[in-house]
Amino acid sequence: MKTLLKRALPILATGVVLTQQLWSAGADDPLRATLIMDKFEVLDNSEKSREWEGSFYVGYDLDKLYVYSQGAATSEGLEWSQNEFVYSRAIAPFWDIQAGIAYDKNADASKTWAELAIAGLAPYFFETRAALLLNSDGNVGLRLEAEYEALLTQKLILTPSLEADFYTKEDPELRIGSGLSNIEAGLRLRYEFVREFAPYIGVTWEKTFGTTRDYNPVDETSFLVGVRFWF
Amino acid sequence: MKRRTFVKGAAAVSLAAVTASGREAKTLPKQAGTANILEGREFFLDIDYAPVNFTGKRAVATAINGQIPGPTLVWQEGETVTIHVTNHLKKSSSIHWHGIILPAPMDGVPGISYEGIAPGETFTYRFKVRQHGTFWYHSHSGYQEQTGMYGAIVIKPKRKEPFAYDRDYTIVLSDWSDEKPTSIYRKLKLSSDYYNYNRRTVGDFFSEVGKKGFTKAFSDREMWNTMRMSDRDLSDVTGYTYTYLMHGNTPATQFKALFKKGQKIRLRFINGAAMSIFDVRIPGLKMTVVAADGNHIKPVTVDEFRIGVAETYDVIVEPKSQRAYAIFAQSIERSGYALGSLTPSADKLARAPKMDKPQPLTMADMGMDMAKVGSQKGMKMPMKPYRWKAMEAQKYPVTPLPMATGPQNTMKAMSPKYRLEDPGVGLRNNGRRVLTYADLKNRYSTRHAKKPDREIILHLTGNMERYMWSINGIKYADAKPLLFHYGERLRITFINDTMMNHPMHLHGMWSDLESGDDNHLVRKHTVLVQPGSKISYRVTVDAKGAWAYHCHLLYHMAGMFRKVVVV
Repeated sequence: MKTLLKRALPILATGVVLTQQLWSAGADDPLRATLIMDKFEVLDNSEKSREWEGSFYVGYDLDKLYVYSQGAATSEGLEWSQNEFVYSRAIAPFWDIQAGIAYDKNADASKTWAELAIAGLAPYFFETRAALLLNSDGNVGLRLEAEYEALLTQKLILTPSLEADFYTKEDPELRIGSGLSNIEAGLRLRYEFVREFAPYIGVTWEKTFGTTRDYNPVDETSFLVGVRFWF
Repeated sequence: MKRRTFVKGAAAVSLAAVTASGREAKTLPKQAGTANILEGREFFLDIDYAPVNFTGKRAVATAINGQIPGPTLVWQEGETVTIHVTNHLKKSSSIHWHGIILPAPMDGVPGISYEGIAPGETFTYRFKVRQHGTFWYHSHSGYQEQTGMYGAIVIKPKRKEPFAYDRDYTIVLSDWSDEKPTSIYRKLKLSSDYYNYNRRTVGDFFSEVGKKGFTKAFSDREMWNTMRMSDRDLSDVTGYTYTYLMHGNTPATQFKALFKKGQKIRLRFINGAAMSIFDVRIPGLKMTVVAADGNHIKPVTVDEFRIGVAETYDVIVEPKSQRAYAIFAQSIERSGYALGSLTPSADKLARAPKMDKPQPLTMADMGMDMAKVGSQKGMKMPMKPYRWKAMEAQKYPVTPLPMATGPQNTMKAMSPKYRLEDPGVGLRNNGRRVLTYADLKNRYSTRHAKKPDREIILHLTGNMERYMWSINGIKYADAKPLLFHYGERLRITFINDTMMNHPMHLHGMWSDLESGDDNHLVRKHTVLVQPGSKISYRVTVDAKGAWAYHCHLLYHMAGMFRKVVVV
């Protein structure tokens, strides 16, 4: 995955540069592209996990193509990653509906899902996303995320976040069980030197539940350090 | 004619004393016209790139005759002017004569008046000057206005003006960024609060909890939180990237206007900024406002006035002591200011007063009925009796226009009100006498003006989160032209369904603003529509052809725009 990232980043960066050149002055809705790496961090756990969560999009006010990617790697290599490629269409002032494919990978196996998601800004300024997944085994997954930005100062920003995954079926290859699979809660404190570059410290708590716990018993609190950046 | 001068903040001090018509004008020597003032019937303007350094960093501007602002053009009412504009840029360009009544092909809007001026080409504008006062000109192509293409127009009146003054200065306020405008726009699209460093913090909430208790503090935030709106969203682009200029000078180099004790000084303020609304005052001096958007008004004496983008105000001041007075123009969101000195000698400079604290927007700015909100939420809000019932009561046949809702608009003003006496966010209850639109009365009678034949209602709409702007929920690219009928008197009512001020500018025809007295409708070319408010004006449709009608905030304009066709 790391080599994939190494290969992918320049391509994405080129995309950003190209679309900036395509910019036509005066038009109200020029094509734009951006890469946002929300989380790019090292955890202080026994594996010294390196985790990332980011997105890239190219598009217009109402229509965009998104790539989402998150995952974790250790010195052993990739632990897991979840990747999505979706078309996103604005359906309400604060909400986008998204459809596409998702691709999960761990050290041993990979699975492709069809995906339908809703993403947007909920009342009280919660950045939220809910993705419904369906794969060829007939397994249905639901992945929920919510995040809030609390400004301690104009540049010092505290971000609590919560993620939960559910599945209807057990999948030994992906090492997930049915029902509530895992919850991850995080708290990150970043300092925006500029909007585009903000190092942070944080703490994350992750726990697996049900059968997932049999495959992968996790109940871990880790401190972390990372950097959030976009361009 | 082509010049490539290095434009520095300190370089240009324009002292326009060209129109002094006061009693002492004959005895006082007129200020020598500097290179910045061009007077006559024929003009040559060259648009070219120019290196500038406003911030300590070199940047490239698009300038007119190598100057920022471009030269002040002095015309004579009644004469025909000829202006040869040559474009030395690599891109198409244009010059629009803002607020000037002229034939449609001379208006200078690419795609509407003409094709624009192609690189290397010269376009010759020729039209009869039918008005007098303070106006301005600027590029109407892309973002060239942001990068330096604007200048003042002073039109000398045929008849003596009804006020006296000894000296006359033109002051163009503007905003400069070293960032490329396309980059600013991209950032706003990616993250609309990118330039806002006055967002609500946790501390703000807790200080409210301290004042009113948790339940009350939380419930007072309810409306903003459910609507996902920020009461700190005052300006999209701020001093984070802008250096505010007063006639091409930074606060460090300072614009200077000289006076001798006892003199009356006329200051012609023009807001030539791309995105910045300014609040202007001269601490220690009262200002008598004598003209708005070039047209004489009944003089009104104030401490401070707000000048929306593209508006102009002429004021007369009488400095009483031999000291330097600060001409202070703070941006609406209080992230910075433009500064100059009104001074007896060029080496005596004024110090800037402290900037005001930014005020948050209120429920009224959201278009809520304050009387109702007050009773529901138990807010203590001293309610003045509503003054504008007569304007509400006016009924004319309304021509329905297409409306759209969807992801492009977030808000609808539930109970928009005429708020002409409201000085606007940031100026409320500041202890100073602030000019409001309710103060603007035409100096001359409009008693015999025709009553409106019909009315159209235009909603100013947008989605700040996605940074989309439109009129009636439809952006320019998707909109059909507005049809005006030649010879009619049209009432236009704006309802601002957004949380921002929008300076709305109709080309080619005057906007006769209803400011509380139909016998003295003030004549404007740009009308600042306050957030959540309603405002009406009347237009005598006396100019054939196609015209532009738009919000003058540069990064709103592409969407919040209509083509008007007079048939």
